[in-house]
Amino acid sequence: MHARADASDTALNWPDDIFATLQRFDVRQVPYVPDAGHSKLIQRVLASSTMRGIPLTTEEEGVALLAGAWTGGQRGVLLMQSSGVGNCVNMLSLIPMLRFPFLTLVTMRGEWGEFNPWQVPMGSTTQDVFELSGIKVLRASNATEVPAVLEAAAAQVYNALTPTAVLLSQRLIGAKVFTK
Amino acid sequence: MSKANLLDRRQVVSALLADRKDVVAIGGLGASTNDITAAGDHARNFYLWGGMGGAAMIGLGLALAQPKLPVLVITGDGEMLMGMGSLATIGLQKPSNLSIAVLDNEVYGETGGQTSHTSAAADLVGIARACGIADSRAISTMAEVEAFAKAVHDLSAGPRFANVKIGSASVERILPSRDGTYIVNRIRGDLGFQPI
Repeated sequence: MHARADASDTALNWPDDIFATLQRFDVRQVPYVPDAGHSKLIQRVLASSTMRGIPLTTEEEGVALLAGAWTGGQRGVLLMQSSGVGNCVNMLSLIPMLRFPFLTLVTMRGEWGEFNPWQVPMGSTTQDVFELSGIKVLRASNATEVPAVLEAAAAQVYNALTPTAVLLSQRLIGAKVFTK
Repeated sequence: MSKANLLDRRQVVSALLADRKDVVAIGGLGASTNDITAAGDHARNFYLWGGMGGAAMIGLGLALAQPKLPVLVITGDGEMLMGMGSLATIGLQKPSNLSIAVLDNEVYGETGGQTSHTSAAADLVGIARACGIADSRAISTMAEVEAFAKAVHDLSAGPRFANVKIGSASVERILPSRDGTYIVNRIRGDLGFQPI
């Protein structure tokens, strides 16, 4: 089902690299709207004894959840697809108001071999939406970049309260092939 | 809906917080957050001035981080309706230390008193129950408010939800702090956490 990804032995391990970074930074609450690109990471979170995976009905819930988690002393990360970013916009205003550490990992659609036109608008505006909202954007475009990018993102979020979105390129996760 | 016997919002919130002990209270934006302030400013009050629809989820995040503390969300019907999906998210997680009380005056109070969905369409108690929050109560008497206030402290029996029908009369605004960083750090400090 997933094709148009760069084939490589290391390509399959990048969710494990992400999980390892989150664990090192003592991330505890992991809200998400399920996404195919995040499925392996979500599995690792659900099997973890230190992290709690929290399925959301809409992505904006995750922003508010992370504010509450921090107030209670816990770090978190929001997992979503680019299509969910637009759902968060007003809730993102909590970040400068409350100054809680905000990290989100976003699997990208609509930018690399996409078959579904409905994914293109939000995929194309994701970076600008984050930057307009005061959130720094980093990107991992291939598997070898993932460990360093995740480390940098987590460090600036949890050590420096710099809200950060890591965009996981569609080239990395692989474009779904429903039609040729 | 009979207006005659609707509860007074300030009396309701005062009763909910009367013997609060270690409760962390979150006020949804609008009149609810003023009601919490009127009951007494407190280091464990989380006053919201924005993020409409987010109050219950802030409660969930806090409750999951602090399972030994009772967490009480007090919000309005409009704010709860905007975050309706969060009732399903909470119903799935079942945090036993989380309580949500909706002050339902059936109007959007801050914006001119426009009719809200709870006046003729939405039953928030039914919605909460159908989302997996088994203890969901329709409250219309002070005795029921007091029983709910007591139940808030039972950390093993939640989550619980109450929809409290209140009068729609406006009351004098008593404004809490608008400084979100102060609010968050005050709670964190009271829970023993240092700033970074």
